[in-house]
Amino acid sequence: MENIVIIGNGISGITAARHIRKKSNLNITVISSETKYFFSRTALMYIYMGHMKFEHTQPYEPWFWEKNRINLIQDYVETIDFKNKSLSLKNGQPVKYDKLILAVGSKPNKFGWPGQDLKGVQGLYSYQDLLELEENTKNGIKRAVIVGGGLIGIELAEMLLSRNYPVTFLVREKSFWGNILPKEDSELIMRHMAEHHVDLKTETELKEIIPNNNGRVKSIITNNREEIECELVGLTAGVSPNIDFLKNSELDLDKGILVNEFLETNQKDVYAIGDCAQFKQHPKKDRKPIEQVWYTGRMMGETVANTVCGKKLAYNPGHWFNSAKFFDIEYQTYGWVFNKALENEEHFFWQDKTGKIAIRLAYDKDSRLFHGINTYGIRMRHHAFDKWLTEKRTVEYVLEHLKDANFDPEFYTNYESLILNEFNLKNNTYVKPKSKSWKRILSFNS
Amino acid sequence: MRILQKIGLIIFIIGITIFTISPFIGSYKVTDDILKTNLSEQQYANLSKKLNEKLVGQKFSFAWQISSVFVNEYELKNEAFKNNQEWDKVMYDNPQEVALSLTKSSATGFYATNILLFFLLSFGFGVLGAIMYFLPDVILLGPPGIKNNHIYRRPSTNRGLIAYLVFAYLIGFYILLYFYPAQLTNQILLVDPLSLLLNGNPASRWFLYGVLYCTVMLTMGVRMYIKYRNNKYQIVRTTSVLFFQVAFAFLIPELLIRFNMPSMDFKNAWPLNYSFFFDWNIDNLLNSGAIGAFMLFWGIVLTLIIVPVFSYFYGKRWYCSWVCGCGGLAETLGDPYRQHSNKTLKAWKFERWIVHGVLVFAVVMTGAALYTFFTNQNTLLGIETYSIQKAYGFLIGSIFAGVIGTGFYPIFGNRVWCRFGCPLAAYIGIIQRFKSRFRITTNGGQCISCGNCSTYCEQGIDVRWYAQRGENIVRASCVGCGVCSAVCPRGVLKLENGPEQDRIIENPIIIGNDGIKLNL
Repeated sequence: MENIVIIGNGISGITAARHIRKKSNLNITVISSETKYFFSRTALMYIYMGHMKFEHTQPYEPWFWEKNRINLIQDYVETIDFKNKSLSLKNGQPVKYDKLILAVGSKPNKFGWPGQDLKGVQGLYSYQDLLELEENTKNGIKRAVIVGGGLIGIELAEMLLSRNYPVTFLVREKSFWGNILPKEDSELIMRHMAEHHVDLKTETELKEIIPNNNGRVKSIITNNREEIECELVGLTAGVSPNIDFLKNSELDLDKGILVNEFLETNQKDVYAIGDCAQFKQHPKKDRKPIEQVWYTGRMMGETVANTVCGKKLAYNPGHWFNSAKFFDIEYQTYGWVFNKALENEEHFFWQDKTGKIAIRLAYDKDSRLFHGINTYGIRMRHHAFDKWLTEKRTVEYVLEHLKDANFDPEFYTNYESLILNEFNLKNNTYVKPKSKSWKRILSFNS
Repeated sequence: MRILQKIGLIIFIIGITIFTISPFIGSYKVTDDILKTNLSEQQYANLSKKLNEKLVGQKFSFAWQISSVFVNEYELKNEAFKNNQEWDKVMYDNPQEVALSLTKSSATGFYATNILLFFLLSFGFGVLGAIMYFLPDVILLGPPGIKNNHIYRRPSTNRGLIAYLVFAYLIGFYILLYFYPAQLTNQILLVDPLSLLLNGNPASRWFLYGVLYCTVMLTMGVRMYIKYRNNKYQIVRTTSVLFFQVAFAFLIPELLIRFNMPSMDFKNAWPLNYSFFFDWNIDNLLNSGAIGAFMLFWGIVLTLIIVPVFSYFYGKRWYCSWVCGCGGLAETLGDPYRQHSNKTLKAWKFERWIVHGVLVFAVVMTGAALYTFFTNQNTLLGIETYSIQKAYGFLIGSIFAGVIGTGFYPIFGNRVWCRFGCPLAAYIGIIQRFKSRFRITTNGGQCISCGNCSTYCEQGIDVRWYAQRGENIVRASCVGCGVCSAVCPRGVLKLENGPEQDRIIENPIIIGNDGIKLNL
């Protein structure tokens, strides 16, 4: 029986393990130095905020692994001998593999800032980072500075504010998550951040972190030469593949582990999936070579499981989708909406009078082809948009059938009529919302 | 704001302390007249001599001094009758109940003559303090949204010392209420004026229980309105359970008594209302004219037609989290503890055995009761039908539904009774699982397996198990409280009623991965 070894027990590695088990009887071993059992990385914030305990973030009970014969090893892989197909571990005996899946994830970016390795300076990615944050804040802090305006940054801000620690948030762009979100969308989030008392400084970069006498952070200095006193610095300016231990090996690396469309590396029987994989050429031309998202990690895990089990499968993700929560405002996106309208593209943005609920649609000016949607404070059906994007529907069709896509809880206010009124006014059209049809909703699934 | 909360907490503690220690601040004096009015002729004849000797003329500080003498004498006398085989003389009343009426009538002194003052000091302070504690949260909790911060960091909601104190308090209260009501004499006296106003009689222990139930639900309802003010489903649902508790479970039955009609909670369906088909209840209804006949008819229609039809259209939730009193208490008083339900597969297996076991028990007991009603035979297969009823009432009605059902809130979650014990929930659950339009739809591939849904499921359903596989949630135990959907950070879950087609998807595909077309 072949030995399949997976390094990394995040969503990519574990999805691969589960699907290999579903399809085969192969021996499966998962090695991780982070934790014994798989947990949801995206839920780390809720542990700090007291919504959950660590065990609640583990999607499977401990018996699950034994029952499904997935052998778990908690250890750190130091080197990989690709010729002899063997891994050397920090503590345990070497492990032999027939096929190896690298799902080693990411680490927080550090851009060579002076003082970036001081005590009290940290990222937020791993379980160990969470423990470090608890340690760094155990006696309370007067202020934290977060560097880098993306999803992890705003989550860290929410975590710290839940314990009433003031937060200063440095963002390099003109607005929060400005490389992804269009102006009005970003402004909506920034208003909400202000409502939660985040001290947001846009167009501001970290220059230097100043230590006190004990080697702990005392303050930071920005590119505007402002000094901000703080006891914690959160480095959340993105993540990069966690591949330091693979440098100087035969493995073909760039920023990540280079793979082809089948997630194969340049080494025989070695695959890479999830955050650490970098496509030499992405099978989809609208995608970036490295995708560091929960959902894409899951899809790569599912894909590589097929290949490992003898049914060679290319990674072929469908329409882009993602979601996040910014404090109290939920965000979902389906298809592509870029921070600026593309050439020949038009955006339609609507927000309600509270300025907390909004949607944005991107579509082609001439053909009216629907490209994508951002929603804030309104939930939408994934199936609906997946189908409409596949069927190449027009923006008018999407708006006409928006009630079918609404996924808000019952009794929530519906905004379709308001949205369409504004759209009609702006575009001189007469699109009317069709009432919700279960027949159409069920057809999304087929 | 925080100061206001602290003052509120102090006032609340004063209120609940006065309520709790009230048995220690009364005095009691038994007279022969009191014995005459509260004892039946048979009891008076049997016991008056001894009771006159031991009770009359003396002043007591505690109700239990009187009740223990009374119960003791009562049992001694009965034993003597039984030993002498004088079966016709044996008394078949509940001595605890008689002792309570005795102690209530004997109450005298400052406490008994200033009931209204003590009502305000206990109930008034309790409610006022609690409201003062909750209201500042409108501002303190920040903008509307999910407010679960620190639940696992506080001893009150994370099985800490405070949780265990509440646990012990609730269990103690239920044991006294069910089995030693005379100990609650002074608390029951507090609601005498209200009882006289509503139904024209002095308060029984069940009247005290009803008042407490409504007060606690309304007060904790205020907390619900503030905590979930971002979520209209929760607001509407909370309003519904409060309405059905106050109007249907409390006011209407009390007013019916006032108008000399049989008392009935019109929303309490058999088999939760397990005594509905007992012969004494049917006899009582049949002897009460048109209104009684209607009540009998309504009770049957409720269980056989309304419950299944509504459950087909809306799922179990229309009853369990919109109408039911047990559910109502769980969704208000119990909300801070919902995260403690056990999510393991083991617990689910246990649940299926025990909840359906209770349903079978209820059906057998009711069948036997109806057999007795129609044939006038008191034994079925050599078992006395009354003894089955008595066992059910003690084990299920009192211990499971009350002592465990509510007492276990702070440690084992707020739906222990509803999940493991309620026969009506088992009955509706079967409908919901196999023939209903209700489901919780999973939103494609958006789940991030964070675990909020499972953690806050009061019924211990591992919601995430389904959500992360892209599978709809169709489970017998789901009461449709909607909190999984509320706490989901990615908009993955929606409670909805729709066509039965595609309600359950056996082998779901998580969409978003075009390479995978079939989940084989």
